[in-house]
Amino acid sequence: MDMNEIKEIFFQECEEQLAELESGLLRLNDGDRDPETVNAVFRAVHSIKGGAGAFGLDDLVSFAHVFETTLDCVRSNKLEPNQEVLKVMLKSADVLADLTNVARDGGSVDQARSKQLIRELEALANGTPMPTASAAPAAAAVAKPKPAAPVAAAPAAAPAANDQGFMPVAFSFDDFGGDEPEAAELPTYDVVFKPKSDLYTKGNEAALLLRDLSRLGEMSIHCDMSSLPPLDELDPEAAYFWWKVSIKTDKGEDAVRSVFEFAEWDCDLEVSKAGGGSTVVESDLPMQPVPFDLSALDDGADATVGMAEEDDNLAAAQRDEAVAAAETASNVLQMAGNASRAASENAKSAAAAAAQNNAQQGASAAAPTIRVDLDRVDRLINLVGELVINQAMLSQSVIENDANGTSSINMGLEELQQLTREIQDSVMAIRAQPVKPVFQRMARTVREIADITGKSVRLVTEGENTEVDKTVIDKLAEPLTHMIRNAVDHGLETPEKRLAAGKSAEGTVKLTAKHRSGRIVIELSDDGAGINREKVRQKAIDNDLITADANLSDEEIDNLIFHAGFSTADKVSDLSGRGVGMDVVKRSIQALGGRINISSKPGHGSTFTMSLPLTLAVLDGMVVTVAGQTLVVPLTAIVETLQPEAAAIHSFGATQRLISIRNSFCPLVDVGRILNFRSTQANPVEGVALLVESEGGGQRALMVDAIQGQRQVVIKSLEANYTHVPGIAAATILGDGRVALILDVDSVVSASRGQSLQHEASLAAAG
Amino acid sequence: MTYLAQNLTHGGRELIAFRIGDQEFCVNVMSVREIRGWTPVTPLPHAPSYVLGVLNLRGAVLPIIDMSARLGMKPAEPTVRHVIIVTQARNRVVGLLVEAVSDILTIKDENIQPTPDVSSEFERTFARGILAIEGRMICLIELEAVFPHSESEAA
Repeated sequence: MDMNEIKEIFFQECEEQLAELESGLLRLNDGDRDPETVNAVFRAVHSIKGGAGAFGLDDLVSFAHVFETTLDCVRSNKLEPNQEVLKVMLKSADVLADLTNVARDGGSVDQARSKQLIRELEALANGTPMPTASAAPAAAAVAKPKPAAPVAAAPAAAPAANDQGFMPVAFSFDDFGGDEPEAAELPTYDVVFKPKSDLYTKGNEAALLLRDLSRLGEMSIHCDMSSLPPLDELDPEAAYFWWKVSIKTDKGEDAVRSVFEFAEWDCDLEVSKAGGGSTVVESDLPMQPVPFDLSALDDGADATVGMAEEDDNLAAAQRDEAVAAAETASNVLQMAGNASRAASENAKSAAAAAAQNNAQQGASAAAPTIRVDLDRVDRLINLVGELVINQAMLSQSVIENDANGTSSINMGLEELQQLTREIQDSVMAIRAQPVKPVFQRMARTVREIADITGKSVRLVTEGENTEVDKTVIDKLAEPLTHMIRNAVDHGLETPEKRLAAGKSAEGTVKLTAKHRSGRIVIELSDDGAGINREKVRQKAIDNDLITADANLSDEEIDNLIFHAGFSTADKVSDLSGRGVGMDVVKRSIQALGGRINISSKPGHGSTFTMSLPLTLAVLDGMVVTVAGQTLVVPLTAIVETLQPEAAAIHSFGATQRLISIRNSFCPLVDVGRILNFRSTQANPVEGVALLVESEGGGQRALMVDAIQGQRQVVIKSLEANYTHVPGIAAATILGDGRVALILDVDSVVSASRGQSLQHEASLAAAG
Repeated sequence: MTYLAQNLTHGGRELIAFRIGDQEFCVNVMSVREIRGWTPVTPLPHAPSYVLGVLNLRGAVLPIIDMSARLGMKPAEPTVRHVIIVTQARNRVVGLLVEAVSDILTIKDENIQPTPDVSSEFERTFARGILAIEGRMICLIELEAVFPHSESEAA
């Protein structure tokens, strides 16, 4: 396992922590004051910081650190997590997510935004009231010390990142035994750090911990190597060294201890406050005499006092030396040990630490899970697909060869069929994931857009544990983001207008997911103004979508917004209304085999309803025969099937024919002709018409020769070995082992409108 | 060391030869996945004439190319005696319908003669050299040129 893989694991965990962080903050936002929720949020940020530190992701560390400090104030009840505070925190969570993404994928973040948030967070931590989201006074607000804590350390006044990328944090010393140190007299802490072998097994590294410690302040360090046995007796995985550190820092004992937080259970750690220079401190912290080996110290002086008084340069030099020594020492151990094992253990360090954290604090006991490569799952799904096909083929040939159907073979086959079904369902369930992560991303989208538009919006989600295939989830995010933007930007009114209309100033956007008859239904509703039908109609007339005297139902007008190049926003904004609007959304939903509908009540808001298949691997289809070929038509596209009567068929022009269905006329499309399976049009009366609804909203009657039945089919790609075939969505394999093509209803319908399939086909063939 | 390995290490290669009409062609054996008999295919709409259709190869959808038509000869009338050579180039797997597989040849690169300078589409597109073996002439085919063009290439 190399460093990149370890890093990848870290980022995966970051994602989980970020999700945990956000859901925790949202719970707090909803009034949850459970200390465990605050702890969970704190832990999430802390874990990210810890992992990021191990990888030297300084930007991430410094931001997480400030965030953590503020969260600590909430945890210790110094800061009331009210709406304003949580608003800043939610934004910080977004920035933290951005920083994580940047650390993984490269790119850059909005520095101004993160700096601003750092200032806001620090202001909150310092208890300084500050106007949120106002950029200019931020620095000033930080610089103004809170009267109750006059010792807010000097660096806080200058919020510029130092070379480690850490933002200086103001720190109150009220907690330290009432001792108020004068300006330059920094307290000194003695740290005895004795790692146990477990520390190394879990991938922690003494040298790194000590290096972290050295960032807190001036430090002198001594490594005790007395217990190191001769090489032949050396256990490569055991810990033999321990360190004695004396550090001058203004960050306090908590900061010192927090360096060792992940290692706490795998080492003996003693931190005590030593005499701070000339001032004799009456500390109420326990001062324990610590046994340590003085022989290696040059002067043998009393380290507890002596160290603190040592010349700065000497101390620094010593510190560097000691860190180097510590590094070398642990390198020896590592080299002696099994290197690869150490590396793989290293990878688990963050996980182990986080897990331990959870276990220690008695956090929620999650069900055990494993991480599996998606490729492996997909391979399994493919194999099960083969199994299903094979089983169907076997059944078919048994039925063909054994007409009476009473043999035990038949019984066995039935059981086999049930088993394969069950296996298929279980395998599909592996890919099924809750929609929660997408919904959480939407929460962020809402926040950002609400900020930009100056509207006040609350996002309510429901059914976020509804499960659906991962591919569907991945592809859902984009259209959903677009719709949310539309809902907030166009749907909701400004607070003033809302108040004028007798609504609360805060708008509500509701996102729900549920299972309904083998599909997932996602609803997005807002309590805004609803669709302005007059405006939509006028716009459609302006854009030549409809004629001025067209007689349209309310529903038809609402559906006009799905037409390409349609936007009712008066001005083109950054958010939406760039002409790539709901038509793109509709197309991406349809590409997923889904449908989208809108219903709107003027003054009460609009609701978009999307119905999507649970998986993209299988499809419910109607198996039909066209010109001797077997085709599969996706069931979702079919509105109804009918047997045309001769009287219902009307010729229209030279080649077109219409069929009258309940007094409306619908164009007949001969599938065999469109796909070039036959050269002349079939007689409609001899076939079956499938009434389908397509992209444009219009209906068409597709003529096929016969219907064989309905079947769930496994979708196979044609593009993998061949190219895209116009009019065909994909292929499948039927029970007899033959390949059947799955009809692309939309492209067939648009072909019937005159956009020739043949044209595309000839292009493809021409190469 | 086996004869084959010896040959390969000395710049030799193995080719699989097949027959269409009275002509012989060959492709590199490393690109051949399997050889199977003919079974009826599912025709594809709007496909070029040399693409007969698709076949189920253990769950994968395998396009079948009529090599006779592809190389500009008269279209084959597939019978049970016809053979499908399942070949792979890059990531695509395609079946080639031929009349029969005739030989497996082990040759050295220097045995391959350049194609004669005849101004035909066939020579420029598909032929990569010719071999003279025991008085027969066998044409080495460039597999990727035979494959149907993917959409991205068409665009």
